[in-house]
Amino acid sequence: MNSRSSGSIDGACEVAGTPIKNNIRRLRFDHDEMTQQQLADKVGVTRQTIVAIEQGKYSPSLELAFRIARVFNAPLEAVFYLENPSDLNTPGGKS
Amino acid sequence: MSYQERRALVSLLCTLLIPPVYARYALSGLPAGDPYAPEVLRFWGNFFVGLIVISVGVRVVITIVFSIVNTVFTRQVEPDITDERDRLVELKAMRNGQYIFSLGFIGAMVALAAGGTPSAMFALLIVAGVFASAVDELSQFWFYRRGV
Repeated sequence: MNSRSSGSIDGACEVAGTPIKNNIRRLRFDHDEMTQQQLADKVGVTRQTIVAIEQGKYSPSLELAFRIARVFNAPLEAVFYLENPSDLNTPGGKS
Repeated sequence: MSYQERRALVSLLCTLLIPPVYARYALSGLPAGDPYAPEVLRFWGNFFVGLIVISVGVRVVITIVFSIVNTVFTRQVEPDITDERDRLVELKAMRNGQYIFSLGFIGAMVALAAGGTPSAMFALLIVAGVFASAVDELSQFWFYRRGV
């Protein structure tokens, strides 16, 4: 999973090459405008890694994804989600 | 530009500067005459040991200076942890560097098998090492900038 991102108005980001998007930016805003550094400290990574995840330049490990979701007290699907769930029907991703 | 990107560029600068400057001075001691003489092999042994020691020493100094200068100019302290993204970038960059060095190693062995002198083989190994290190650091910069 990698590469460039395309941001959107609601703060969701798509990781190019994968259909995975995330709501971290919006969730931070909803949690007393938590800073990237604060989130990074809570999950044990550098601020640059949070920036990269938000920008869709890095797809976190499952463990880190769960840690982030736990900080927001939200299920994993509320933080990371598939833009087009029907892609899962095709082995290896998009057809 | 992030701290990691700047660090990769500084490391690249070290790689491109230290070996050529060291070689410029050290190669003047290469024994003339029989290219297969034991003195030639001893020279290359000393050359490699010297290059490693000088490289480590200079890199430590440059890293400290870079850290200070970076903090002064950006008002940001360097990250005190290495997280999973850093490790992934490091691994992928190292893989790219290893590919290059493997090619260089094969080239050096082919040169030796084709009748080249030990000096030619060692020179090829050094060039391969420098290229591999440069590719490693460029890869780090690339992965940090474009995503991994």
